Amino acid sequence: MAKPDFEIPELKLDTEVPALKEGTMAHSSPFIAKPEHQEPLGFPGELVEDWHDRAIGKMGDLLGKYRGLQVYLDSCVKCGSCTDKCHYFLGTSDPKNMPVGRQDLLRKVYRRYFTFAGKYFPWLVGAEDLTRETLDEWYSYYHQCSQCRRCSVFCPYGIDTAEISMAAREILDDVGMGQKYCNEIIAKVFRIGNNLGLPEPALADTLEGLEEDVLEDDGVDVKYPLDVKGADILLVTPSADFFAEPHVDGLIGYGKVFHEAGLSWTLSSHASEAANFGMFIGSYENMRNVSMRIREAALDLGVKRIVFGECGHAWRVAYSFLNTLAGPFDFLDPKYPVPQHILEVTHDLIQRDAIKLDPSANDDMILTFHDSCNVARATRMGPKPGGQFTIPREVIKASVNRFVDMAPETIHDSTYCCGGGGGLLTDDLMELRVKGAVPRMDALKRVIEEDGVTHMAAICAICKSQFTKVLPYYGMGMDMIVSVHQLVSNAIVLGAKK
Amino acid sequence: MTFLFATLFYISLGVLIVGVALKIRQYWKTPAPLKIPTMPAPTTQAGVVFRMAREVILFESLFRSTKWTWMFGWMFHFGLLLAFVRHLRYVMSPDFILWPLINNWLVQFAGQYASLMILFGLLGLLARRIFVDRVRYISAPSDYLMLILLLVITVSGIMMSFVTPIDIVSLKAFMMDLITLDSGHELPVSVPLVIHLGLVALLALIFPFSKLLHAPGLFFSPSRNQVDNPRERRHISDWAKKLES
Repeated sequence: MAKPDFEIPELKLDTEVPALKEGTMAHSSPFIAKPEHQEPLGFPGELVEDWHDRAIGKMGDLLGKYRGLQVYLDSCVKCGSCTDKCHYFLGTSDPKNMPVGRQDLLRKVYRRYFTFAGKYFPWLVGAEDLTRETLDEWYSYYHQCSQCRRCSVFCPYGIDTAEISMAAREILDDVGMGQKYCNEIIAKVFRIGNNLGLPEPALADTLEGLEEDVLEDDGVDVKYPLDVKGADILLVTPSADFFAEPHVDGLIGYGKVFHEAGLSWTLSSHASEAANFGMFIGSYENMRNVSMRIREAALDLGVKRIVFGECGHAWRVAYSFLNTLAGPFDFLDPKYPVPQHILEVTHDLIQRDAIKLDPSANDDMILTFHDSCNVARATRMGPKPGGQFTIPREVIKASVNRFVDMAPETIHDSTYCCGGGGGLLTDDLMELRVKGAVPRMDALKRVIEEDGVTHMAAICAICKSQFTKVLPYYGMGMDMIVSVHQLVSNAIVLGAKK
Repeated sequence: MTFLFATLFYISLGVLIVGVALKIRQYWKTPAPLKIPTMPAPTTQAGVVFRMAREVILFESLFRSTKWTWMFGWMFHFGLLLAFVRHLRYVMSPDFILWPLINNWLVQFAGQYASLMILFGLLGLLARRIFVDRVRYISAPSDYLMLILLLVITVSGIMMSFVTPIDIVSLKAFMMDLITLDSGHELPVSVPLVIHLGLVALLALIFPFSKLLHAPGLFFSPSRNQVDNPRERRHISDWAKKLES
């Protein structure tokens, strides 16, 4: 961990609402995309000459395409309900990180150019002209939103800042001010198939290595198949699962579950990525192009089911959008939902007693669980609303003996973002990531002190990477973070059902 | 004065109805291309109606968020509803089918004292806007003016209801003329009445151009009005469908 050039917040056991400090994060801005990151996505390489008219034109275009954007920009009454709900505000005190403060950056321009009141009485309703400075401000503050939707839960009209930040990013992309981190990654998916740029031979090599590791550790020949035609299940998982810690321990776990349940499965090198950063930049077309790879792989391999690995926003795109973007999936087995989450599969196997777990294998840990924002507030698991909260917990509790939940205002649909979601998991935003983690760190610290919690399980590749990086800033160990299927992997009794 | 107010009423009512209708048409016609309900969300349409009813009647999300704003906001809105119902007496003929309901003692009593609820709620909301630094930061002049406008309407109404009663019989005759497109009855001019009616007309005029659009907006909010069934039913908008060909 490099010595930070910013002050690390002091953790409290209960997160306090700070007094406003204007401009504390005005300097925070991620690297701008270069032409080679922009052009494969269909965006101009650099800021276009007519950025003003083009931005207003794009805003009008989006207002006509997204009912949410139109309704949300009109409906806010400035009640203040959301003002203390954003982790980035709580961690930075910057009023432009209050959800409504962030929305207003776009709303003031919307009002100026698209509403009667803003055209003729701008001073009255806080409407402002679009200037070059506005673009910079958008670029800064719309890259301080992780699109976690916590504000939307507490808004009396359900105004979702994620939708507004996605629209703002799309406008910025359209005038040539894209974000390097997201756009470089999306281009990589188009070129190679995954965010990390792992080509097929590297993948095959990695998976072979995993098979050797499991054989050595457990004495069982668990397979990690790649591009197997005619397999029943296509597993689509975030590419971080192929090598990052603790992600890879989760992937090992998925393989053991499939092996033990006798399910035929495969990974695909064409769709070797569950993540879909097209969502982060608000681009329907790019999100669709990334999603189509999954459909293509499913058709090419002739699978019957699609299952997603542990990843938060990927599960949002999968659960809520995949049928829209890349459906219909009438060529798959209609007995199963499309797609399924690996936790739905494992949970079902546990319920049916089709796999055996020995929770004492995890007796060296006391667990808590971090609800990932996208899973909690933008998806479901299982047949009943709220299954996204109960199913992961039931799988964890079947795998470990000691489990404690964090404070109720920080879990389930009130969960706090890890601080690195929404396309912000990049080193050029380290200060934001560390400060944005404050509410989660506060809640974690409390269960560590009061309940002796030693580990926090997560079901999102971004959460896992973010916590691994940020925990040391707060004097906690990076190995506190575990994958849920890592716990399953430890507890599963291989060969018990043979 | 009678002519002036008659004209003002027709214009403001026309602007209110046409303006809100155009807005609703715009919301209706704009597609919601993706499923974005804030989860956990109902899995059936009936469940969505129930969720929406809880939002509209109880302000459920606001209640979860901040009890003070919820209390002031709910008192204001519920008081407004009661007062509105009471006012229907002034624009309703006694042989209209709903007359016994509106002219009911309890409805009239509740509607009269609801004005105090409205006043209390508005003062609370204004105090929050002034004294809570986060709410002050997000407030534009129009946000204060809207509260002041509503406060003046409320106080002028309270004056007429509790302090210096006006010639309500003549007022009703004037209102009935407006409705039946008749004339002959003069507006019983008094200071609180002119203020009250003038500002209500102003409120109707600015409704379609202001944040008062939150009223129709709520019903069109995709995060609240969508069913959670994306795996079961393919949801696709017309413009997105074009990308598939």
